[in-house]
Amino acid sequence: MSLAGYEVEVQRDGGLTTEEMTLNMGPQHPSTHGVLRFIVKADGEVMRTAIPDIGYLHRSIEKISEKVGYHGFMPYTDRVDYVSAMQCNQGWGMVCERIAGIQVPRRGEFCRVIACELGRIASHLLAVGAMVQDIGAYTPFLHALREREKINDLLEELCGARLTFNYMRIGGVAWDLPAGYPEKVTTFLDKFDPFIDEYNDLISYNKLYVERLVNVGVVSKEEAINYNLVGPNLRACGFKYDVRRDEPYSIYAELEFDVPVGTGEMGTLGDCFDRYMVRIQEMSESGKIVRQCLNMMPPGPVLAKVARKLKPPVGDAYIRVEGARGDMGWYVVSDGSEFPYRTKIRTGSFAAMSIVDKVSRGLMIADLIALIASFDVVAPEVDR
Amino acid sequence: MSLINSVSEMVVTTKVDEVLNWSRKSSVWYMLFGLACCAIEMMQTGGPRADLDRFGAVPRATPRQSDMMIVAGTLTLKMALRTKMLYDQMPDPKYVISMGSCANCGGLFQLAYSVCDGVDKVIPVDVYVPGCPPRPEALTEGLLKLQEKMMQERWLVKKASAEDEVRAA
Amino acid sequence: MTPVEVYHKIKERFGEAIESFNEKALDPSIVVKPDAIVEICRFLKEDPALAFDCLSNMSGVDYLKENKIQVVSHLYSYPHRHKIVVKVDVPRENPIMPSVEGVWKAANWQEREIYDLLGVVFTGHPDLRRLLMPEDWVGHPLRKDFVEPEEYHGISTRRESLLK
Repeated sequence: MSLAGYEVEVQRDGGLTTEEMTLNMGPQHPSTHGVLRFIVKADGEVMRTAIPDIGYLHRSIEKISEKVGYHGFMPYTDRVDYVSAMQCNQGWGMVCERIAGIQVPRRGEFCRVIACELGRIASHLLAVGAMVQDIGAYTPFLHALREREKINDLLEELCGARLTFNYMRIGGVAWDLPAGYPEKVTTFLDKFDPFIDEYNDLISYNKLYVERLVNVGVVSKEEAINYNLVGPNLRACGFKYDVRRDEPYSIYAELEFDVPVGTGEMGTLGDCFDRYMVRIQEMSESGKIVRQCLNMMPPGPVLAKVARKLKPPVGDAYIRVEGARGDMGWYVVSDGSEFPYRTKIRTGSFAAMSIVDKVSRGLMIADLIALIASFDVVAPEVDR
Repeated sequence: MSLINSVSEMVVTTKVDEVLNWSRKSSVWYMLFGLACCAIEMMQTGGPRADLDRFGAVPRATPRQSDMMIVAGTLTLKMALRTKMLYDQMPDPKYVISMGSCANCGGLFQLAYSVCDGVDKVIPVDVYVPGCPPRPEALTEGLLKLQEKMMQERWLVKKASAEDEVRAA
Repeated sequence: MTPVEVYHKIKERFGEAIESFNEKALDPSIVVKPDAIVEICRFLKEDPALAFDCLSNMSGVDYLKENKIQVVSHLYSYPHRHKIVVKVDVPRENPIMPSVEGVWKAANWQEREIYDLLGVVFTGHPDLRRLLMPEDWVGHPLRKDFVEPEEYHGISTRRESLLK
């Protein structure tokens, strides 16, 4: 908690003494992004810098993997990004399958993609809802939570849990789709497609909301790549890159979907509004993917035969999965035993937090809230 | 109709303690202390389907205006010091609900080097709600149990002080 | 470009700085000497045929038996869509290596995290201090011989062992 090294700047301006304020935001604050702390140095309302201080949710997940083994680590991956837990499950499953040379059955891949895309819709609903609430409008947040409850019901029927699923296993998924499930999902998607237009009418093009977001926190494409921004944050800068389309894994190469990018329609390319609109548009793309998967699903098993004590060969492996917050890099080092030697998870929110200091110069304090909300940062991804 | 006949509809007789407790339990304002995954379930409990607002529980951002603190999520050692500070800032009478396994006992992170095993190592807890994360119905039940506990409290009984005991001896 | 071609391109320019190349691994990796890492990374980023503009991941691995800490960097190129892995070994007693923060800004926080959890000192880093652990924490937790402290600011950390 020490602020050693951050000196106070005093200006003398014709007899009037002004000082730079040092304010503290967090770690407890009324925002859904979790325990993050910013030390804000401001000249009145305008910020000089906002230095992030993280580590308040550092639960040492990477070290725990060395004690619980490959299979036992799957529930912990849910907690890395609990808002979209299915993609984290898939990341761990894929890196273990790569290093051990396991092939997932085709029906298992389809189940994984359906679960991941439903999870992506749920995550984006929470992201845009929380962003709108942080700006100050409370009603659209409740609309988004209402839809998210329906997805929670669908996923609860699939795997038994509402938030931390533990649905996937190394080698596939734990259970097949229950009877009548495709009809329920299709009914939900039919009701969900008009919701996005309703949401846009409600808040997206509202003049007050747009004025809070345009030209705030502009990130250029070169800066984004230099800081390793990924996911919707990178696509909002106009760069069309999605791991599912450009480095396809699982069955994404066979599916048709579009990758929305930021267009700068209301302000500058790469501002907060672009990041918001990319997430809104991605929700409808995910709906398309789920429909295609339900039509294409083949019969068969969903889980490959994997040894209870999985002992992969000595070596290391790295894969990237497109999570809701950008691509996650999963790196595992194996020493031949049933416990991983080292696991490293590189997440999209980690880079997004590191760029806040640079982007927040010259913004007002209220813009900092809009900035963090538009980067869609969740604390466990940053701290692990 | 004379005034005497309508007394039973307009007048209620009860104990002072019960009125105080009833008014206190019907408007428990909780401080948003969502740390991790349980915070999302806490938000959804305050959301449209399982509504906490019908019990009078409104989320507040600052500890100075709240009666209750729902500790939702894992408490790390770095955060534990701040938790104590925030608990001290709440005015009396204050209550704490420990939500989720991580806040109860460390949960699945007991193997971690940086996690405090349970929030009751730092602050006193009234109700423990188990689950990982607990369903909104479970958190609502926790709040109802806390309301039952609040109804048992006695505020107007003079507690025996040290001088009374010396005088009696 | 395949990893073998990338390796040959680096070797013809920085021949003596390369220690080994593991071709048979799942992700072929090049082990380089610590002193040459900054020039090699700058070459990898700025050469138009290589164009590794993205530092996808940077992690440290503690090899207790071989008495070294290995810093593994996964690089990716958005224009050409190819990847390579660059590894650097530093001795465990004195883990010092130059920082590549000047090449990719993404290395700023990754190196702070490696310093915090493993103790590797990156020279030339603008702001090397603890990132995830509290500032007054003693020790580097991700090392294999890390012993947890008994208590922290009055909060006891002892518990019964669960994995018997």
